Amino acid sequence: MARHRGRGMASVNYPIGMNLGGDPSQALIHSNPDGKFTVALSAIDLGQGMKQVTRQVAAETLGVPMEDVYVDTADSDTGPHDMGSFASRGTHRMGNAVIAAAREARGVLLEAAAEELEVNAGDLVTDGRGNIHVKGAPSRSITVKATAQAAQFKQGKTIAGRGIFLIPLSTVDPQTGEMNPNTAFAHASLVADVEVDDETGEVTVLKMASAYELGRAINPKMVEQQLVGGAWMGISHALYETPEPYYPDPSHGPRDFNEYLMPGPGDIAPYSITVLERPAPDGPFGGKGPGEMCANPVLPAIANAVYNAVGVRVNDLPITPEKILRGIKANGGARPQPRRGGG
Amino acid sequence: MAKVPVQFRLNGSDRAAFVAPADNLLTLLRRGLNEFGPKYGCGQGTCGTCTVLIDGELQLSCLTLAATCEGRHVETVSGMANGPTLHPIQQAFMEHFAAQCGFCTPGMLTAARALLEANPTPSREEVIDGISGNICRCTGYEAIIEAILAAARSGQVRRA
Amino acid sequence: MLEFRKDLFAAERDDNLNVVGKGAQRQDMPGHVTGRSPFFDDHAFEGLLHLKVVRSPHHHARIRHIDTSAAERAPGVKRVLRGADVPVNKNTLLSLINFGKDDEPTLAVSKVSYKGEPVVAIIAETEHQALAARALVRVDYEVIPHVFDVEEALKPGAPVVNETYPNNYFDYHDRYDHSKLRFGDVERAFAGADFIVDDRYQMSPIEHAPTETNGSIAAPEQNDRFVVHSCAQGLFFSLGTAAKILNLESNRLHFVGGTVGGGFGGKVDSLTEPLSILGAMMTGQPVRYVLDREEEMLYGSPRGAERIYIKDGIMRDGRIVARRIRSYFDAGAYTRLSSYAAIKCTAHLPGPYTIPNVSADIYVAYTNRCPSTAMRGFGITAVDFALEVHMDKGAEACGMDPMEFRILNAYRDGDMKAHRRVAKNTALIECVQVVADKTGWPLSDQARRQSSLTGGGGARADIPATVLDDNGRIGRPETRTGPVTETLPAGTMRIPMTKQPIMEGSAEARPTPPAVPQYEPYRPTPPANQPAYQPQPYQPTPTAPPPTQAAPPSPPSAPPPASAPPTQHGAVRFSSVFGTRRR
Repeated sequence: MARHRGRGMASVNYPIGMNLGGDPSQALIHSNPDGKFTVALSAIDLGQGMKQVTRQVAAETLGVPMEDVYVDTADSDTGPHDMGSFASRGTHRMGNAVIAAAREARGVLLEAAAEELEVNAGDLVTDGRGNIHVKGAPSRSITVKATAQAAQFKQGKTIAGRGIFLIPLSTVDPQTGEMNPNTAFAHASLVADVEVDDETGEVTVLKMASAYELGRAINPKMVEQQLVGGAWMGISHALYETPEPYYPDPSHGPRDFNEYLMPGPGDIAPYSITVLERPAPDGPFGGKGPGEMCANPVLPAIANAVYNAVGVRVNDLPITPEKILRGIKANGGARPQPRRGGG
Repeated sequence: MAKVPVQFRLNGSDRAAFVAPADNLLTLLRRGLNEFGPKYGCGQGTCGTCTVLIDGELQLSCLTLAATCEGRHVETVSGMANGPTLHPIQQAFMEHFAAQCGFCTPGMLTAARALLEANPTPSREEVIDGISGNICRCTGYEAIIEAILAAARSGQVRRA
Repeated sequence: MLEFRKDLFAAERDDNLNVVGKGAQRQDMPGHVTGRSPFFDDHAFEGLLHLKVVRSPHHHARIRHIDTSAAERAPGVKRVLRGADVPVNKNTLLSLINFGKDDEPTLAVSKVSYKGEPVVAIIAETEHQALAARALVRVDYEVIPHVFDVEEALKPGAPVVNETYPNNYFDYHDRYDHSKLRFGDVERAFAGADFIVDDRYQMSPIEHAPTETNGSIAAPEQNDRFVVHSCAQGLFFSLGTAAKILNLESNRLHFVGGTVGGGFGGKVDSLTEPLSILGAMMTGQPVRYVLDREEEMLYGSPRGAERIYIKDGIMRDGRIVARRIRSYFDAGAYTRLSSYAAIKCTAHLPGPYTIPNVSADIYVAYTNRCPSTAMRGFGITAVDFALEVHMDKGAEACGMDPMEFRILNAYRDGDMKAHRRVAKNTALIECVQVVADKTGWPLSDQARRQSSLTGGGGARADIPATVLDDNGRIGRPETRTGPVTETLPAGTMRIPMTKQPIMEGSAEARPTPPAVPQYEPYRPTPPANQPAYQPQPYQPTPTAPPPTQAAPPSPPSAPPPASAPPTQHGAVRFSSVFGTRRR
């Protein structure tokens, strides 16, 4: 009886946004009279960071400090329509709607500043620190605050913007499945190292390493949150979770967290992530969206690592000790496969 | 069933209420006193989102009868900060991005506080043990463990 | 730990940005660490009532009689709701985008189709009173045979789970019992392949298990409207669903949400909002309907199970020349979103690889279990598990390293995908190379030299002559296997291209206003005569000519694309997606 190490990998891509399109998002932005902006959305933050992603996208587009922008979501009386937070669509679809709204607001902002400075709006730039100045002549400048005050109390302009992003709906050919499913795809590859006990059938994930291509990491700290949390969920799906342990027999369903198994804080493994950025041609600053795909490569990588360790293919999830032990027994013992570098 | 009076301190302030003998503390806090820091996650002591301190001890408010809190001091996440100044553990959670949806965070913070007040220099294993009663479905726990270890290293959490 | 490889694709990026790309603190973090983030249940209301539902104890049963008289007289009970109280007691979620037929009641009336299906709702002054009254409801059931297995459900004579879809499958295009993908001729390619790898995979159902259970609070507002504190993942999705079920104008509803205690797809279904609002309408008081943990785990709609069969034809040099997939989505008793996921899965196949012959049949089957719904990776996670384990077996069959096998078969810029659109912006090869480097996984020099930017397109951009069939006509299971009916000429495209998005000014330096995508009409190039499709030997050449993806694929010479009106937004158009008119 022994513990066998194994290594497996998987590589995946993931479509960003609702398949076939037809999933609009809208955004509204307006400024207080002192140049502080509010973004009004009906998008949902269920932990993925919608509020912060749109805040950064809005500030970047407006050309103002991030602290000068707050995102207000979600109230159906103030936030315009959005399909919702699912299908990895938030960053891509809502990010683009916010860009569109922020561009409109920025246009008015620069027009108002141009009127104050008596120049063409096209000659103006923002410095991202709350100032607007003539391109190449930083001394000919006005603050965003003074501009907003002038717009409100002197010029009678609304520094505001509306935005919508919609990928038009595609049809599907019934016979061939021809369609326009999505415009942006993210990519990943992941290696999992596991140890399998051939006496108990227990799998321990020792460590994982991945490379994720995400278009643009709009906030790297939140990308890390998603990818680390998603990898944990991947381990959980691969080795632990099922509400129907004898599927398709639905009986014996777990009723609570005592019966529904998930890895605890003591079951996590070191995880090293490398992010690649190939901007999506139609993404907000090239952004795609890692929210859903971050669990996907973990499941097969662990299954392949288990095979590499003991020579058992488990084709039915989750990979329970029982299934591994039955496989080892059927094979007449553990059959470790060739090592693939690494530790 | 006849209700009984209960008086206790909540985050340093006196509170009084009438409760049914079977009412739990979580329901009293949330629906009786509008203290929404502790959350309902399971109602049976398996998730930790309702974690509070009672006289400094870690307790699950969903399994605590409200009437038993008579004369005691109940502390929730809402009482952690010192006015506008965040508690060192709250600060560490922010710095380590140790929350995503934020629903388990009040219970996690309270569990971390109980841990560090009892053991200001825990090992990683002791931190894991300290939050093992708290379920998080978003983060994969790593950032939470790191945040608690960092708060301990800061030396700012005082032994209770 | 997270690091960047900024050197890769650097020429395609403008990294001179102020705020984007910075790991700034989350706007919601102060609220999270102080416990002040307002989740749906963190709202106080005077006179708050509590709603609990009576659920079916049977997997499949006819309802003979419901007696709520004792419950109505129970202490604290304000109102008992039955199916007849629900204004529009039949709905399907995607009816908001005009896809699929209404098939699911809010409260069951004549039949229950899964264990846990809501039948009666009790509204009382306290949760205890609602639970006590729930036990007093008497429902007389006649238990009928059930079916749990997806493939059993599709057999003739299986118990009918969902009368709206009496054959136990979702109808695609008013024509087929499954969603089809056809590209090339898999059978001919299998016959010429050196290795065949064939296997079956089973994804488990998964419970979302968010720490915050599903729930909502609805209350009358002062202006003849209702405010709804909701944990919905789509605020207007839920508002629209509630408005339809309650037969209300949308502006009578004021939804507040946006701070959700985890969803992962499990809060798309509006499980509670219609009943809490109906309760508020009926009682004139605030009504709170929150699932308890057991309800969330057992009846909170899981990620559906999927059964997937994959057959690959592989050449000795490692090229995959054919892939055939048959997959079954377990929808449970009602459609919810499974019909959508199956199309997404169809588009995803055969995975991120360029395979010249692909065929897939994706079924959505109804079974007597809790309806499944969206979950993180919906339509993809399960098939990715199956595909990537199958890739491992394929590599083993032809004696290749698993990473080399993936790099060899990876899709590249300019390659034709099986749904007849050209791959762009690909990066699978680079991901594999980077993770190999990090983990010390040995790769050959040749594999290290490959790039997503080169070596694609050319013959790999061709649409092959494709054999078609008429298998799986609705209501005729005997047609599920049948002969080739027609060969579609190489290069055929029938669906108008979605207007191609382009990013304006993406390489411009600051302070030019940042880029925003705009859509431009697709301009087809003149038709060209396409030679018959010939699979090209894979020859990774590091000195390959520049990628050819810049040129759009030549459209077919025949048949011409149907006159392509500009695709327009609107729910109306969705009805044409699958030719499935709502009834």
